[in-house]
Amino acid sequence: MSSLLDVRGLSAAYGKVEALHGVDIEVPRGKIVTVIGPNGAGKTTLLAVLMGLLAGRGTVIYDGGDMSGCTTEMRVARGLCLVPERRELFGGLRVEDNLLLGAFPRIGKATQTIRSDLDGVYQRFPRLLERRTQLAGTLSGGERQMLALGRALMAKPQLLMLDEPSLGLAPRIVRDTFHVIADLKRSGVSILLVEQNARAALQVADYGYVLETGEVVLEGTACALAANPRVAQTYLGLSGRFERNTA
Amino acid sequence: MTIDIALWLTQDAITNGAVYALLALALVLVYTVTRVIFVPQGEFISFAALSLATLQAGKVPGTVYLLMAGGALVALIDGVAAIRAAQPRRLIGIVILNIGLPAAVAGAASLAALRPDNLWLQMLVTLAIVTPFGPIIYRLAFQPLAGMSVLVLLIIAVAVHYLLTGLGLVFFGGEGLRSPPLSDFSLHVGVLNITAQSLWVIFSSIVLIFTLWLLFEHTLYGKALRATAINRVGARLVGISAAFAGSLSFTLAALIGAIAGILISPITTIYYDTGFIISLKGFVGAIIGGMVSYPVAAAGALLVGFLESFSSFWWSAFKESIVFTLIIPVLLWRSLTARHVDEEEE
Ligand SMILES: Nc1ncnc2c1ncn2[C@@H]1O[C@H](COP(=O)(O)OP(=O)(O)OP(=O)(O)O)[C@@H](O)[C@H]1O
Ligand SMILES: [Mg+2]
Repeated sequence: MSSLLDVRGLSAAYGKVEALHGVDIEVPRGKIVTVIGPNGAGKTTLLAVLMGLLAGRGTVIYDGGDMSGCTTEMRVARGLCLVPERRELFGGLRVEDNLLLGAFPRIGKATQTIRSDLDGVYQRFPRLLERRTQLAGTLSGGERQMLALGRALMAKPQLLMLDEPSLGLAPRIVRDTFHVIADLKRSGVSILLVEQNARAALQVADYGYVLETGEVVLEGTACALAANPRVAQTYLGLSGRFERNTA
Repeated sequence: MTIDIALWLTQDAITNGAVYALLALALVLVYTVTRVIFVPQGEFISFAALSLATLQAGKVPGTVYLLMAGGALVALIDGVAAIRAAQPRRLIGIVILNIGLPAAVAGAASLAALRPDNLWLQMLVTLAIVTPFGPIIYRLAFQPLAGMSVLVLLIIAVAVHYLLTGLGLVFFGGEGLRSPPLSDFSLHVGVLNITAQSLWVIFSSIVLIFTLWLLFEHTLYGKALRATAINRVGARLVGISAAFAGSLSFTLAALIGAIAGILISPITTIYYDTGFIISLKGFVGAIIGGMVSYPVAAAGALLVGFLESFSSFWWSAFKESIVFTLIIPVLLWRSLTARHVDEEEE
């Protein structure tokens, strides 16, 4: 069976400045693939193009179909889902409304399953249940991350893309987040994970890519990458400094 | 000023203020969801009031033909897009919605024109004629430009306003029309003469505002509109398309405008361009609410009603200029107190 996501020669630019130069990436079904790289490497840009938020050149084959010309909403309807770096929550709406809107494409078609999915999210994040009537804009950083993840899960994604899910979180919550990610994989969701926390990302992932200044400079199984001296030195050896940067 | 006069002016203020409040809400809705400062909002008022009066006179209003033409244009554009996207099955829905529905409305209009005694039927048909102009205008003028700056969208809005006002002149001519009230009943309290129509305006406005509140607080479609207003990127990421949200907000705006037009048509004589002035007063209210706050916009619109009514007693020659001059201190106060909010800030 072919990969769920197959990206070939993807380029993208902000105005005249190109931020991605011909990137090839694959996400096999049911696997976790991680993209690591320094600040400004183009990781967020890559996800924006995959989500249709930013125009790009190159081919993106998702679930056997070409995605060119698909709007963001069409991609969401086809099971692609992004938890963005800035979370993009609806600050003026209640936590529960944020979650329910995550299931927007299914509204009116599957009201029953939306209810049970909501219960599932509350089970996974009991904190959100406590806060369900609170405005999303008043949540703490960790709670916002849970809400962003919960909102994405309400979409029942086939491919979940996470942009720095551990950004700015306390170590304990980072661990919880990675547990959830591993758990999602077991339930059959394929995951594309962008992380600064390379150590944690490579631990949970099956395969990884190293992106630097808009190009894939290294790729391999997660174990091989973790053992690679260059990766170890740049992304793992100095992980203490990285963690302070991202906190 | 005696207490009686004050009461009388207050009644006037609340009746007009209620209509301005409806328009202010529509303007805030359209602006927050689509960033369009919707100058043509008032045209829905003129179109509705004049279409109703024309039906009363036993004729089919020109707006019916405009509706069919607009629908056909949308069907053409969407149809071509559907064929290009190799989705011919969507054609059926497109044709039903954009050609079938206007044709049905036209049929209902010719029926209603034959029944001058049935005011309720004519009001319903008027709503059915005017409301679809909302999504049609959005589809033709604004959807293709959704990513443009607020200024570009404003310029388009002004152009649409002139186009619709011109068409209004063609359809209804230069004379004003007035439709009969639902009831001639009026209540005498002292010297105060409360007409059924002004109670009807106030009652309908309250019901409509409450319905909108229900929509925004208790339905997911209403919340999807709010979500789009709060965070455009977030809305797209959960699959709420800008086209859906824009079309829905324009539909609501047109419905609100049409209801406002039907409500005031027995109170004032409406000319083809009267709606614009009325919606400008709603706009002052919306500005007081910073174009984002529904309650402040509604309260501001009510304030405009009072200002207008009382200034017409003291300085009747200046009543319009006083209302519009109010914008200047409001804008000053707004720019001094409001911290600058970035468009996509959470
Ligand atoms: N909206 C924008 N306009 C112009 N340039 C941009 C824009 N967004 C990103 N860039 C540039 O594109 C490059 C890639 O940015 P991107 O956000 O994709 O990096 P990243 O890998 O996600 O970094 P980080 O780890 O800091 O999140 C950077 O040089 C950045 O300055
Ligand atoms: Mg980034």
